Amino acid sequence: MTQLFAYIAHRNGVVEDTAAELAVAARTIDASAEITAVVVGTGSDLDGACQGAAKLYKEVWKFDVPDLAYPNAEMIRTLLVNVLPADAMVLMAHDTFGMDLGPGLSIKLDSAYVADVVGIDGMDGATMKLVRQEFAGMAHTHMTCDTSAGAVISLRPGTFQPGEDADAGGAVTDKSGEAGDVGVKRRFLEVVEAEAGDVDITKADVLVSVGRGIEDQDNIEIAEELAEAMGAVVSCSRPIVDAKWLEKSRQVGTSGKTVKPKVYLALGISGSFQHLGGIKGSPFMVAVNKNPKAPIFQVADVGIEADILEFMPELTEKLKG
Amino acid sequence: MDILVCVKRVPDTAENEIEIKGDGTDIERDDLVYSVNEWDNYATEEAIQIRDDKGGTVTVVTVGDEEAEEVLRRQMAMGADNGILLSDDAFEDTDGRGIASILKAEVEKGKYDLILTGAQADDGAAQVGGMLAAMLDLPYAALVNKIEVIDDKKIKVGREIEGGNQELNEIELPCVLSIQTGINEPRYVGIRGIRKVASVEIPTHGTGDLGLDAGSVGASAAKVKRVDYFTPEMGAGAEMLEGSMDEMVEKLIDMLKAKGGLK
Ligand SMILES: Cc1cc2nc3c(=O)[nH]c(=O)nc-3n(C[C@H](O)[C@H](O)[C@H](O)COP(=O)(O)OP(=O)(O)OC[C@H]3O[C@@H](n4cnc5c(N)ncnc54)[C@H](O)[C@@H]3O)c2cc1C
Ligand SMILES: Nc1ncnc2c1ncn2[C@@H]1O[C@H](COP(=O)(O)O)[C@@H](O)[C@H]1O
Repeated sequence: MTQLFAYIAHRNGVVEDTAAELAVAARTIDASAEITAVVVGTGSDLDGACQGAAKLYKEVWKFDVPDLAYPNAEMIRTLLVNVLPADAMVLMAHDTFGMDLGPGLSIKLDSAYVADVVGIDGMDGATMKLVRQEFAGMAHTHMTCDTSAGAVISLRPGTFQPGEDADAGGAVTDKSGEAGDVGVKRRFLEVVEAEAGDVDITKADVLVSVGRGIEDQDNIEIAEELAEAMGAVVSCSRPIVDAKWLEKSRQVGTSGKTVKPKVYLALGISGSFQHLGGIKGSPFMVAVNKNPKAPIFQVADVGIEADILEFMPELTEKLKG
Repeated sequence: MDILVCVKRVPDTAENEIEIKGDGTDIERDDLVYSVNEWDNYATEEAIQIRDDKGGTVTVVTVGDEEAEEVLRRQMAMGADNGILLSDDAFEDTDGRGIASILKAEVEKGKYDLILTGAQADDGAAQVGGMLAAMLDLPYAALVNKIEVIDDKKIKVGREIEGGNQELNEIELPCVLSIQTGINEPRYVGIRGIRKVASVEIPTHGTGDLGLDAGSVGASAAKVKRVDYFTPEMGAGAEMLEGSMDEMVEKLIDMLKAKGGLK
């Protein structure tokens, strides 16, 4: 069995939630494996992240690289190629950083790559058995991956939920001296923060959220009338923002806002993980969708199979009643 | 600037209900509506806008069967100058890495300053762009939502990161970028536009033309394989309301009142 590594993402000295999820996933690959956490950054932020990682992993490799105060994926890829054994099995989160790092890393390590994994069914010799989704979550697939020359596996955030694990009491080893030259042709400049919009959907108790099923810009009004009748706020999925029908500040999801309403109406939204990733606090979720197989029905509390363009006016009407 | 855009023909998930075949070997493909991968449309639009601004050419390329030619024509109707179809029986069941190696062979036949892919395709692997870049030893950035050409040696790119924030980078040309939706507003293509390019010659390249060993692509070379499609045993799922629209809405209002969803 090859050596297992988990790439730990962190921000402001705190490891991301995915750090614990990777540990869960690693144990489903090999319950007895020693997993090494790899933490890259600089200064006190890095120290904080290493302490966090040591609570989850017995072994933590620390790389203090001043040029990596911000995680430039191209530089981190070079660093990982410098320090990892060629047949390493590397786990990372399938987030915006993982998507930037993972595919190229697998090529440079000459190993297999499986992205956005939602389940691990264990090993059969050097063959890993995994579960993925295709077609926007409408179909699941069993996959096999030949890991004999190593593998890079990225895991969907939120799927491998940690329990109440004891502190791993891990040891941090400073490996900065081994980082090597990480100069690359992509230079990080700055982070531009998202603009605040006219309304703050994160404060709303009730959200009327519309997706691509709204079909036309003119129909947004119908959702606004419903929201008014309910005393709710209108939010949306990403395609509505891409089409410029609503402002970016109304977008719920991993690349939008994280909301914690009491009630969430998902209207014409299929239920992608990036959308659901922005809904926290288990609200009472109502999904209305014309496709009975839409993945949103698996996570909603109440479902209605209907055309939202018929449903919305009907509900508005009855509420005004 | 000479730009190559990689595009893929995929079942349109907004238009289709995806059904899995009884034996799990595939999805039902008979009545599927196919289109160009949503992300690739944004990539093509971005390439066209850069060309219109700075000069140069836009070439669209796809790895697929004969039917994949239609997406090349669609992108040419949008304004791409050239199309190249990479097609060979040996390409069947190639994994993401194999697709990247086929694209690499085509890239090396030409000279491109910028190579664009979509951020992800129907199976959501989001891998081909990053793999292609690494194979070509070119710099890469994923999830690009802004491109600003500085000069013919470098560009400034915005990457989308969590929370809707944007990471700005300076990156040397040539490079590979994967494009995120929302970067622009892809132009509409009418039937007339498609008719205009209907008779344009689109070259097809196979293993021989690309100097590829048939054994290096296809199912036998794939390290990652799909075993089957299946429908998972989920938890209870949503309580589906039944009855007429009128009745369902009445029921829902009662539930919403109980949950504090109505003021
Ligand atoms: C890095 C990254 C970040 C992302 N971040 C986000 C994010 O923050 N937020 C987000 O939402 N997405 C995000 N996405 C996009 C995400 O993957 C999905 O593409 C998106 O959530 C789909 O939105 P949707 O459900 O509205 O559209 P679709 O998936 O197209 O679903 C539309 C649904 O409406 C139904 N429908 C159609 N017409 C009707 C009708 N008349 N009545 C009833 N139902 C109807 C259909 O059956 C379908 O289920 C991100 C993607 C990437 C790659
Ligand atoms: N068969 C293909 N032909 C051309 N480009 C492809 C192909 N498959 C994937 N791509 C490109 O790679 C991007 C990401 O796809 P994927 O890695 O499959 O999610 C797509 O948006 C395309 O730009």
